[in-house]
Amino acid sequence: MGNRQLILDRALKEISEGMYVNLGIGMPTLIADRIPQDSHVMLQSENGLLGIGAYPHEKEVDPDLINAGKETVTTVPGASYFDSAESFAMIRGGHIDLAVLGGMEVSEEGDLANWMIPGKMIKGMGGAMDLVQGAKRTVVIMDHVNKHGESKVRRRCSLPLTGKGVVDCLITDLAVFHLDHGQLKLTELQPGSTLDEVLSKTEADIRIDERLLSNQ
Amino acid sequence: MEKIVPAIEELIQQISDGSTLVVGGFGLCGIPEKLIRGLRESGVKDLTVVSNNCGVDDWGLGLLLENRQIKKMISSYVGENKLFEQQFLSGELEVELVPQGTLAERLRAGGAGIPAFFTATGVGTDIAKGKEEKVFDGRTYILEKGIIGDFALVKAWKADLGGNLVYRKTARNFNPLAAKAGKVTFAEVEELVGQGELDPDYIHTPGIYVQKVFLGENYEKRIERLTVAKV
Repeated sequence: MGNRQLILDRALKEISEGMYVNLGIGMPTLIADRIPQDSHVMLQSENGLLGIGAYPHEKEVDPDLINAGKETVTTVPGASYFDSAESFAMIRGGHIDLAVLGGMEVSEEGDLANWMIPGKMIKGMGGAMDLVQGAKRTVVIMDHVNKHGESKVRRRCSLPLTGKGVVDCLITDLAVFHLDHGQLKLTELQPGSTLDEVLSKTEADIRIDERLLSNQ
Repeated sequence: MEKIVPAIEELIQQISDGSTLVVGGFGLCGIPEKLIRGLRESGVKDLTVVSNNCGVDDWGLGLLLENRQIKKMISSYVGENKLFEQQFLSGELEVELVPQGTLAERLRAGGAGIPAFFTATGVGTDIAKGKEEKVFDGRTYILEKGIIGDFALVKAWKADLGGNLVYRKTARNFNPLAAKAGKVTFAEVEELVGQGELDPDYIHTPGIYVQKVFLGENYEKRIERLTVAKV
């Protein structure tokens, strides 16, 4: 597994004051703890909550109050509850500023696969296909290579897609990419990684920001 | 018409083999646990169930899977359930996976008399296969159909005698949409109050959508993932 802290630290920089943000299940949920409490960021949960708070103390646990990962949570002051159609009107109607999702594969054209591995247990896409189409901006966070050392940043996704050309920004443990004119562009190196390392571990045909080349 | 029924069997016996049921809840939160247990005891089978999830192995809709009462599931996420996988892989269970927002909107549309709508969700994925595509203002959308069930089974916090419903916190989720999408809607509730005792400004589901109400007792409300603050 790559360096999660680097990924989470960098992902936090995508979140600014006053944003409405949806954090996907798994690694993206870990960003929540890092958001400064005075930043007025409202976290949305697809099951019908805007304003997710911290995990409850034992006495506060309420089975009627969970997040999209089915974990017991609390709310922040100013939170609201709503039904699932309302929740996805926010998402599909372009009202969510930012969605941060995990990824299995991202292609050089910004396609995302993150919901299904053929032949393995079927789970379902949940709200991921809605989020990638509807959020104003989609950031994907994932390890750069899989446990076999193969690149997850690929020419084409080999797994079933969640969306085509939907990844605005990709943050891995090695680098940061932005979708630029329909193609992934390497824009930053994570602390401790080199351009050579990133390129050797990237299957996708990517463009490279000039600033990175001139630093060589 | 009297909407309050004293015995849940009175509702269950109306549901026959092969019915399509729209069931509220997200995970185990806000599921109609009494109606689901009633269905399990009745043994009614070949059901098509529309619900965001399919419970866990020993609770919620998982109880109906265990008893092989479900023929087809229409859901967005079923990853919490091992029985589901077994029955799907053996071909016993048909599955239609639907993106969560599309599922919510299909129910809302069905209940609102809208037969179909266009959405960008799923464009360019396997979900779009076989569906009509149309471009509006340069963006591609796919056509998705509304869903109407023979019965809707919902769980609310409070009802009044007229079937007006109020939900609690995130237990609302798919319940108001299910209530609209059922040709006949049964609601089970934790509290029943008299007419006029619910503030009309705070009613989530108007009683017009609800045909029968059952007052349940001793709700289990199982928690799927108990997470607490680190002390």
